[in-house]
Amino acid sequence: MAKAHVYKRDHINTDEIIPARYLNTDDHAELAKHCMEDLDTEFVNKSQPGDVIVAGEDFGCGSSREHAVWALQGAKVGAVIAQSFARIFYRNCINCGFYPIELPEALHAIKDGDKLAIDYDAGIIYNETRGEEISFSPLPDFALEIVRDGGLLDHIKKKKV
Amino acid sequence: MGMTITEKIFAKAAGKESVKAGDIVNAKIDVIMCHDVTTPPAISMLKEKGIDTVFDPDKIVVTPDHFQPAKDIKSAELHKRLDTWCKEKGITNYYKLGKAGVCHALLPEQGHIRPGEVIVGGDSHTCTYGAFGAFSSGIGSTDLAAAIATGELWFKVPASLKFILNGKLSEGVYSKDVILEVIRQIGTDGALYMAMEFVGDALKDMTMEARMTITNMAIEAGGKSGIIGVDEVTKKYLTETLKDTSEYDVFESDGDAEYVKTIKIDCGALEPMVAKPHLPSNGAPISECAGLEMDQAYIGSCTNGRIEDLRIAAEILKGKEVAIRTIVVPATPEIWKQCIDEGLAEIFYDAGCVVSAPTCGACLGGFMGILAEGERCVSTTNRNFVGRMGHPKSEVYLASPATAAASAIEGKLTDPRKYM
Repeated sequence: MAKAHVYKRDHINTDEIIPARYLNTDDHAELAKHCMEDLDTEFVNKSQPGDVIVAGEDFGCGSSREHAVWALQGAKVGAVIAQSFARIFYRNCINCGFYPIELPEALHAIKDGDKLAIDYDAGIIYNETRGEEISFSPLPDFALEIVRDGGLLDHIKKKKV
Repeated sequence: MGMTITEKIFAKAAGKESVKAGDIVNAKIDVIMCHDVTTPPAISMLKEKGIDTVFDPDKIVVTPDHFQPAKDIKSAELHKRLDTWCKEKGITNYYKLGKAGVCHALLPEQGHIRPGEVIVGGDSHTCTYGAFGAFSSGIGSTDLAAAIATGELWFKVPASLKFILNGKLSEGVYSKDVILEVIRQIGTDGALYMAMEFVGDALKDMTMEARMTITNMAIEAGGKSGIIGVDEVTKKYLTETLKDTSEYDVFESDGDAEYVKTIKIDCGALEPMVAKPHLPSNGAPISECAGLEMDQAYIGSCTNGRIEDLRIAAEILKGKEVAIRTIVVPATPEIWKQCIDEGLAEIFYDAGCVVSAPTCGACLGGFMGILAEGERCVSTTNRNFVGRMGHPKSEVYLASPATAAASAIEGKLTDPRKYM
């Protein structure tokens, strides 16, 4: 069961997700050690594999660095649920096969520590702590196909073959 | 219904008669910008997936810049991977150290940007090239890998926001102040997923350098791109710089093209602006924040490290001494040389500034000007996020080169008009 780590903030940016001082490597495990460091130095210690991050508007704004997604993937974050996403980050998530869940009521529906189960295909978040079902709009088909193929490059490879 | 300039570029790139905002298209890419942070991972991905091809070695422009010259062993390894790949693939436009510069200043200066084209790069400020009437947008490493391999990418054609920039800028007020005002008005996600199209008579007085400062910061309003149509100023710049002198496509938005919103800015009424921490949208006129003490001034970056910016800063610093650490970074080797030839470097030296080789270093907290805990920097860069230039408890104040230079003299946020 995934635990929600809620950050009641808008505009959580790529510098906070993975500070530029660590961009001299693209090793996912190395990046994962510093995931969310400038926002919450404790995140890496308290997050368990599969846990989700919940945040406000414009998550991932700033840099095009895909390192932000790799840091989250490396830290085994299950998903990010945000009220809205910045464009390049959102696209990078899809390209990496990491599902970004856009949920306008995210900060109202999910509290810090809530236990969640997510059905990506059906577009449903089960909030076990509150006994609630919250639906979200699944990705459009073409993006879903990319995510299901494991990311854009595997998708391209599959199409060419 | 007519089309915007952005829709026309996508129609051409997708081989269609017409497209409209919201359409998903597969677009041919004309130029790919590559640097040392996001490209080495793209190269590795391609190798891993066994699709290690380059669609066209002449259409990829490579310049290390973020950690250039290499700041440590890890960044040296990134450069080595980039170098090996460029040699292996026969990349024609590879700018090595000595010729390398801050990407978004280097590509236009070296004649790689042409109107009507689709340009992508592994850097969020790739939107800069929209100043030339091109569609230009930042992408991540996976998109970069896909573009390098196939020469095309899928795009959702963006809807457009129109900004009418009217009036004449007062002395001491620059295009940086205009874009800080735009972002202040619409917020850091005010143009999310959209193209920001700039029109209006204020642009006529702006050089290409000044226009690039505006389109550079489109991403700071969440924009997919920024775009300014081609005029005589553009054509003159292109005549002097273009490598490929074949004809280019000049597109214009139709009179009945659809915009999500039109926003008018009276540029004549603007005063110098400062974006306070920790968002580029926290803009305030200098009259409201002058006097706040600073520890460092930084004049450079893809936003304001061009020769025109350095001339403005030098004009203010001439015969003066700075009161705080002041770092001047010409964005390209050409600009660096101009700085020396025109005597600007001497002015900076006399004023007590340090003049660095071209690099993105300090702008993103990489190296060459990192802030300690509690320090404040007035900077001509584009972002003032938490920890952007160093310690998470340091602060960045975004401003024009004139405001940064005047603030360097007094050691506190200062109205540059005082020194004009």
